[in-house]
Amino acid sequence: MVNALKYLYVGAVYLVLYAPLLVTICFSFNDSVSADAWFGFTVKWYERLFADKSLINSALRSLFLAASTATTSTVVGTIIAIALHRYRFIGQKVVYGSLSVIMLSPEIIQGISLVMIFVILGIPLGFSTLLLSHTVFCFPFVTITVLVRLKGVNRNLAEAGADLGASDVDIVRFILIPLILPAVFAGWLISFTLSIDDVIISFFVGGKNYEILPMKIYSMVRTGIQPDVNALCAALFFATFAVVMLSYRLVRNRK
Amino acid sequence: MLKTADNFCRQAVLYFIFIWFGVMVFAPNLLVLLASFLSQDPVWYLRLPLNLENYAALSDPKLLTVILKSLNLAVCTTLFCLVVAYPFTYFIARFARERRALFLMLIIVPFWTNSLIRNYALISILSENGILNTFLMKHGWISEPLKVLYTNAAVFAGMTYTLLPFMILPLYATLEKLDLSLLEAAEDLGAGPMAAFFRVVVPISAPGIVAGCIMVFLPALTLFYVSDILGGADSAVLGSVIRDQFMIVKDWPVGAAINVALTVFMLFLLHLYYKSGNSVDQEQPIW
Repeated sequence: MVNALKYLYVGAVYLVLYAPLLVTICFSFNDSVSADAWFGFTVKWYERLFADKSLINSALRSLFLAASTATTSTVVGTIIAIALHRYRFIGQKVVYGSLSVIMLSPEIIQGISLVMIFVILGIPLGFSTLLLSHTVFCFPFVTITVLVRLKGVNRNLAEAGADLGASDVDIVRFILIPLILPAVFAGWLISFTLSIDDVIISFFVGGKNYEILPMKIYSMVRTGIQPDVNALCAALFFATFAVVMLSYRLVRNRK
Repeated sequence: MLKTADNFCRQAVLYFIFIWFGVMVFAPNLLVLLASFLSQDPVWYLRLPLNLENYAALSDPKLLTVILKSLNLAVCTTLFCLVVAYPFTYFIARFARERRALFLMLIIVPFWTNSLIRNYALISILSENGILNTFLMKHGWISEPLKVLYTNAAVFAGMTYTLLPFMILPLYATLEKLDLSLLEAAEDLGAGPMAAFFRVVVPISAPGIVAGCIMVFLPALTLFYVSDILGGADSAVLGSVIRDQFMIVKDWPVGAAINVALTVFMLFLLHLYYKSGNSVDQEQPIW
């Protein structure tokens, strides 16, 4: 009885978390412009969506940005994690502290400070500023994920490598990286997810020339959203789902 | 030979870290701090002289009303998220190991659609002829549709929905490590289930509770798009004010001053986080 209640509660929370997603997917097949009732099955919104180049383009930009962000922040985050693990240096405490500050900072604080520095330095807002900014708020998650894993690595392995004549680079490349690979991949996924989900930082540093999906939708909300946006969101969700599952499979098989 | 190569490598990595943090982390925040003491300029956004007037603007009664309302909403959102997330996380942290990973993954999956889109989907749930009202009326629980959409209640729903995972994930990080034998020990020593929960489980998970509250509370003050999409005319949050100062009024110094105030507040909360028990270990992941 108590167990049943437990599952009921857990299920209810998941239902709330998934309801908006399910609604979006259902209405993307709904044969009506209004989102109030079910009028029958249709794929016409998908047809309209694939005819709308600007909408498709902004979605592709979002995916491309998320993949690029995930890659750069994985590289930056992993380098910092390995340095924190292997080296002792001045300012190490400050680096540790900044990691949690960045992770806890509301996006608006980061978005505004970054857009100010870009504007003052005269860097035009676009893909490069989006990529830099997204990397800044994603890399701490990679660093922390990798650090936790590095803490579990037996220190003797690196020492044995050094005794056998391996250089630092060799130790990192042939001993540490293979061992932390799952955490590196997890960091990549977290960054991808954070980047796809972000609205506020992109709102500030995005600029007009490189319109990614949330900005496109943000400008459409005021004029009223058409059901083809539902179709786009559903399609994007399935695309992301497929990408994540596929990469998960690949990493698992390699292990 | 080997040593010099290693040394070079070390130098290069450390320089990279210093430059990265200096340029991308510290410089932007110092610029905001500096800007909060400068004056507004129509062309260059900022100019001398230095002054404190931007902070005086924070005491503007209109702004204060918005801030108080926003704080109220953020507190309600945080408490509600905590009350909902705690039992939920406690239950899934007790599941079998393989299942736990799946359940955790299921919390992250909705993030793969942009939160703006998910909040937009809430419109069709909360609107007057929406799914919620249709469902409630069909069962005869209410006789006329509830007015939720475009009120503060809808913003509360949107915030809770958007931020709930940010409460669950840090809580999970601490509750997963809970040693069940501690509960047995408490029972053996004569503690009832309530006493065991409040005097053993809650203190142990305190860092998770504080981290979760910070990760919900601060965004609940600033997610302006939630109030834009779901809220009414008077649902502005603190984030909407900051955005307007930068994008519409173009008064960078005042916007920067509000930002600095928010940052100071955040650092205060972080200070609480580090004082909240064993989180002194700084490598402790927040989620």
